[in-house]
Amino acid sequence: MNNYFVRRILQIIPVLLIISFIVFSLVFIAGDPVALMLPDDASQEDVELLRESLGLNESFIVQYTTYIVNLVQGDFGESYRYGQDAMSIVLERLPATLELGIAALLIALVTSIPLGIWSATKQNSSMDLVATGAAVIGKAMPNFWLGIMLILLFSVTLSFFPVSGRGTLMHLILPSVTLATGIAAEMTRLIRSSMIETLNQDYVRTAKSKGLKDRVVVYKHAFRNSLIPVITITALQTSTIVGGTLITETVFSWPGLGQLLIQAVNTRDMAIVQASVFVIALLVILMNLVADILYRLLDPRIKYN
Amino acid sequence: MTQSQTVINEAPKSFTQNKPSSFKRWTRLLLRSKTGTVGFFIVFFVFLVAIFAPILAPHDPAAINAADMLKPPFWMDGGSTANLLGTDNLGRDILSRIIYGSQVSLLVGITSVVVAGIIGVTIGLISGYFGGFIDNVLMRLVDAFLAIPTILFALVILSVFGPSVITLIVVLGATNWVNYARLVRGEVLTIKERDFVKAAHSIGVRNSKIIVRHLLPNVISSFIVISTLSVATTIILEASLSFLGLGVQPPTVSWGTILSDGRDYLATSWWLATFPGIAITVTVLGIIFLGDWLRDVLDPRSIKK
Repeated sequence: MNNYFVRRILQIIPVLLIISFIVFSLVFIAGDPVALMLPDDASQEDVELLRESLGLNESFIVQYTTYIVNLVQGDFGESYRYGQDAMSIVLERLPATLELGIAALLIALVTSIPLGIWSATKQNSSMDLVATGAAVIGKAMPNFWLGIMLILLFSVTLSFFPVSGRGTLMHLILPSVTLATGIAAEMTRLIRSSMIETLNQDYVRTAKSKGLKDRVVVYKHAFRNSLIPVITITALQTSTIVGGTLITETVFSWPGLGQLLIQAVNTRDMAIVQASVFVIALLVILMNLVADILYRLLDPRIKYN
Repeated sequence: MTQSQTVINEAPKSFTQNKPSSFKRWTRLLLRSKTGTVGFFIVFFVFLVAIFAPILAPHDPAAINAADMLKPPFWMDGGSTANLLGTDNLGRDILSRIIYGSQVSLLVGITSVVVAGIIGVTIGLISGYFGGFIDNVLMRLVDAFLAIPTILFALVILSVFGPSVITLIVVLGATNWVNYARLVRGEVLTIKERDFVKAAHSIGVRNSKIIVRHLLPNVISSFIVISTLSVATTIILEASLSFLGLGVQPPTVSWGTILSDGRDYLATSWWLATFPGIAITVTVLGIIFLGDWLRDVLDPRSIKK
């Protein structure tokens, strides 16, 4: 088992290398950042000097190697727009995104677990129909539109919540609900089908037939066992959540990583783009690793060779 | 061709054997499912709207009309039947823009899924069939892509190559192939252990022929199911990117751009942002319903449930 985790952790390295290669190649194709860094009236000599000092006259291989060497030392280059180390700017924005992401994940868990269990135990009832219907609609709604509609209803019309920004709990509610909806919808569907599968298992039938209370059967026997796929799903949602923060942060002017990244993409601040992609990818990979470990701890049936 | 070969070539296509052969059979299967029928008609309707947009649209979607700026829908004070769903900040007719917007959604949604499918199925077949080192390398590539949210990847690529419909299709295709690769690889791993593949291998059928003739037909039904559902997510993704200004560029109309135009006028003109969102949600809902129905019909494993 320990071997498995060592191998699993070592696998992260080639994955990160591939990501760095893809992103670096894209930025390389994107071309010369020098024009953006210098004032419009800069002379040809200045341009050449800057190119030389940034190592932009070197070949792709040399530039990539330098990039990797710097990256290993934690140096992601300097943002031309902020004139600061790109990674420190990214890390400065990270807490806001984590706050939004975690809030959304909590909302999604709190709504989808009871809804999923409920509709699985009362399959084909009107409650089930409402829950699955809501889940499908939640999945079909683009989250930026949902965000705008929530602003329209609760901020513009009813003035319950602030339109944008970060600070108080009131600021957090609309963006996290927006982000949570799609995830909750997906999770409700999956928890429901996972529960239905476990409820049809023999041990659940046995528990029922020996006269245990429904509540005990559902929570102690069925739910605990259907938790395993739920954990995997939750981990897989990390990528969706991070992707969702890009949009949600833009809609609500939430000062997080997503907003920073979209601005960086628009201003071609590639050092920031590279650093944020790296941080996001690492976050997703680590969450999946945690899920794998939990999976192993929760389900003794799984053996890793 | 020897007789044994003929048998091997024709025996395994359980998918084609199960396939209902007639139009009547399909219609009956469709009508049996309420949501499937609803989904089919929604999708059919959106297709008709996209194809006949020039006939159906009451106005030129790009025609600016300074006299009719921000007119509300017809049932409100100040609205008129000339612009059923009102007009935007440039006096353009919202209904006509939504009608034309369906073209981009379907075009990008379907073609990029085809691109993603071709890449993903090829990689999945190769990875699953050959295994070993090739499989290892390809799966690390899949892990790398999985660690970066699709929308983030798309953003970075679009910022490098500049937004246009063609780039959008290529980008969404190049980032979405991962799901197909994983699915197809998983299926191939089990199919290749079946007797008909082993038999074909033992009589010396070339690898390429085994892949195309024996493996491919057996993964097609799962492919159809997930690609249908993937059209839904791609339509949302396209709208999101267009909303962020990195998708379709004017004068081409996308539901995402209409929404993004409407965002600035939320306080005064709610209809700008509301109607395109409804169009997206209903379309995506139709596709999800259709996809779920297809899954039930094509996937023998889900019939039991």
